Amino acid sequence: MAPSPLASAVLFHLGPVPITRPVATTWVIMAVLTLVPWFVTRRLARHPDRRQAVLELIVTGIMGQIEEVTRKDPRPFLPVLGTLFIFLVTANLSGVLPGVEAPTGKLETPAALAFIVFASVHFFGVRARGPLSYLASFAKPKLVMLPLNIVSEITRAFSLMVRLFGNVMSGEFIIALIVAFAGLFVPIPLMALEILVGVVQAYIFTILATVFIASAVDPAEQG
Amino acid sequence: MDIKLISTIAAALAVSVGAIGPALAEGRSVAAAMDAIARQPEAAGTISRTLFVGLAMIETMAIYCLVIALILLFANPFTG
Repeated sequence: MAPSPLASAVLFHLGPVPITRPVATTWVIMAVLTLVPWFVTRRLARHPDRRQAVLELIVTGIMGQIEEVTRKDPRPFLPVLGTLFIFLVTANLSGVLPGVEAPTGKLETPAALAFIVFASVHFFGVRARGPLSYLASFAKPKLVMLPLNIVSEITRAFSLMVRLFGNVMSGEFIIALIVAFAGLFVPIPLMALEILVGVVQAYIFTILATVFIASAVDPAEQG
Repeated sequence: MDIKLISTIAAALAVSVGAIGPALAEGRSVAAAMDAIARQPEAAGTISRTLFVGLAMIETMAIYCLVIALILLFANPFTG
């Protein structure tokens, strides 16, 4: 039987805490994502060289997308959503490298990311409208809607998690099966498809997080 | 019947039946989006972004079925 996609391999123990493979991969990705922009932004110039131009293109592109969805100044949302998107793209695409499993293909990483989105939705909602007014918005339009609204908050975070996990994991699982059945070069088109799926899922995760935050910040703006 | 046999059949059923609805829905929504883009090519950006988000929502249903199938196959609470 194939190894379970729900379990992750334990690499080593740090005291009593088991460190699994996705956690180690995430640390490497975090280190790369911290160091590369740090080195590129050491000498920022008014006339950007190539590397700075690429970074500026990424940042302004994400800002433009956030602004189109929220129709507000994207700056308050840029740190969390931009980091989310860049991390997701890197993590989803890291599965293409030989010997690396995408950390988003295990249940824990999408769960953590969905929890970050869940927390930041309420953070931005409370910050924009005040705690009482934000809490009261759950009982709108009628008090009857209160349990439904609360359940929908939880289920949409859950569905964010399951969507990302399911897409990335199923892609890797199918490639593993085809390698086992058909041999070396047959899964290459599927791996190309997996690159597309990884980028699209990162985009969808970020856009949905943006939509949720936008609807928490401004109730009239329902996506 | 053996619990493993039942779980395998149930997993196959969950994915195969559960894929029908999302497939039809995704086909309809893509067709509608194509129609809208053909009528209003200048709104293509907005339409395709909304389409992506909608497709993701629809696709979640199929992914739920996949997760149910995986739980039945790999984390079955009844086989112990």
